Amino acid sequence: MDVPEALRYTTDHEWLRLESAEALVGITAYATEELGDIVFVELPAVGRHLQKGEAFGVIESVKTASDLYAPLGGEVLAVNEALATQPELVNAEPYGEGWLVRLRADDPTAADDLMDAAAYRAQIGG
Amino acid sequence: MAEDLPSRHVDGAAGDADAAVLTRTPVHERHVALGARFTGFGGWEMPVRYGSIIDEHRAVRSAAGLFDLSHMGELWVNGPDAAAGLASALVSVPGRLAVGRAQYSLICAPDGGVIDDLIVYRTAPERFLVVPNASNREVVAAELASRLAGRAAELDDETLTTALLAVQGPAARAILQPLTNLDLGSLRSYAAAEARVAGFPALVARTGYTGEEGFELFVAWDDGPAAWDALLVAGASHGLLPCGLGARDTLRLEAGMPLYGNELDRRTTPLEAGLARFVHLERGADPPGVHDFVGRAALEAQLAGPLPRELVGLVLRDRGIARHGYAVRHPGQPEPIGVVTSGSQSPTLGEAIAMAYVPPSAASAGTMLAVVIRDAAVAAEVAPLPFYRRTR
Repeated sequence: MDVPEALRYTTDHEWLRLESAEALVGITAYATEELGDIVFVELPAVGRHLQKGEAFGVIESVKTASDLYAPLGGEVLAVNEALATQPELVNAEPYGEGWLVRLRADDPTAADDLMDAAAYRAQIGG
Repeated sequence: MAEDLPSRHVDGAAGDADAAVLTRTPVHERHVALGARFTGFGGWEMPVRYGSIIDEHRAVRSAAGLFDLSHMGELWVNGPDAAAGLASALVSVPGRLAVGRAQYSLICAPDGGVIDDLIVYRTAPERFLVVPNASNREVVAAELASRLAGRAAELDDETLTTALLAVQGPAARAILQPLTNLDLGSLRSYAAAEARVAGFPALVARTGYTGEEGFELFVAWDDGPAAWDALLVAGASHGLLPCGLGARDTLRLEAGMPLYGNELDRRTTPLEAGLARFVHLERGADPPGVHDFVGRAALEAQLAGPLPRELVGLVLRDRGIARHGYAVRHPGQPEPIGVVTSGSQSPTLGEAIAMAYVPPSAASAGTMLAVVIRDAAVAAEVAPLPFYRRTR
């Protein structure tokens, strides 16, 4: 199971990559395997401010709809527009072209509270 | 993400009273080896998908899919009164079937509510096979036994000694023909014949739940795994994929076919579900006259006026996927006028499709409605069913 070392992880199977004060967010390969084919992604408006833990969108597979939760508080700088027509990118490249949102983190140090790769790997039993 | 529920597994033993006790089909270990993900369905542990539901769906539309449907019921009704008894129990007249023919039918309660939808096969003059849904097998068996009481007809529930496999798709015939002595080209739609498949005795039926050409194969429970293996090998060069309940659902939705528990339930009549053509109020010839059956009076009464609601197809015209239970509204109005019964993204059409109950006044093709998806009203257009039909 692909769990990149450089990322941080949440218990909701999201990953986060901190680039100074900006955070790129997506869902993990484990999540995409559990969900199956992603057929619809609902993302927040650019400019919206999210609290840590706030539901910011929805990811739908053939059989289910799952909420997405903000791993850090911050302002939405960008969302992955390609997912409107190619939701399958999330399955194909969960850590690359399938990214979900980019935030300007209110407090970048809060990323230290998230799991590292080893801890996430342990959570998913890998 | 949802975790699999812990459950006790019982091989081949009926267990429906306790939702955590799931029966495994005889082919279970093959699904495990193929990496299937499972769910509890009608008391059985069934494969939902082996990988991608969309890949499995597309395989059925373009090549073929192999389904383990051993959870379905097999109820044999035998005897001089089998035909008459089934006619009084079901909305159809199975006695009008020639030997070797089958029909879709329903069993209703006295108030017209649907107990189950099912297929009836006539394999001999006094021998019928009734195939109910897994979730309703025990109720249907009990109702049939009750409705056959006092008649010269026996009911035998062979579900736990029968495996059912289906091969569905344009390549189905090419895949199956080398494995059987039966001339598949001469087997008409909704016909069935006893034959040998992969060396095993089988009832081969040209029926299915996908909207594609295909065959359903009833074999002995213990022959299930070897028959599965033979079909998978025969299908490999044709692009056959094993398919689970996930693809089964998206396929039947595209084909406009109802699912008990979604479009059909005890509070719904066949007429509301658009299935009036399967309800035979007249016996037809031999002998002619009124076909009396449980629920007839209620259905006749419903025919006397407008239906309280009708089942329609919907195509979403804005972004969003409609799903079971979502409310339907008139555009711009807050009151719900109907409800979505099934919905998904259609792999074949590339659109979000759904079925829903709405008032007859909103049921005409082209009517613009709205489906409530997470507090937003998303435009949806009434479309004729089926959404997909195979072009020959």
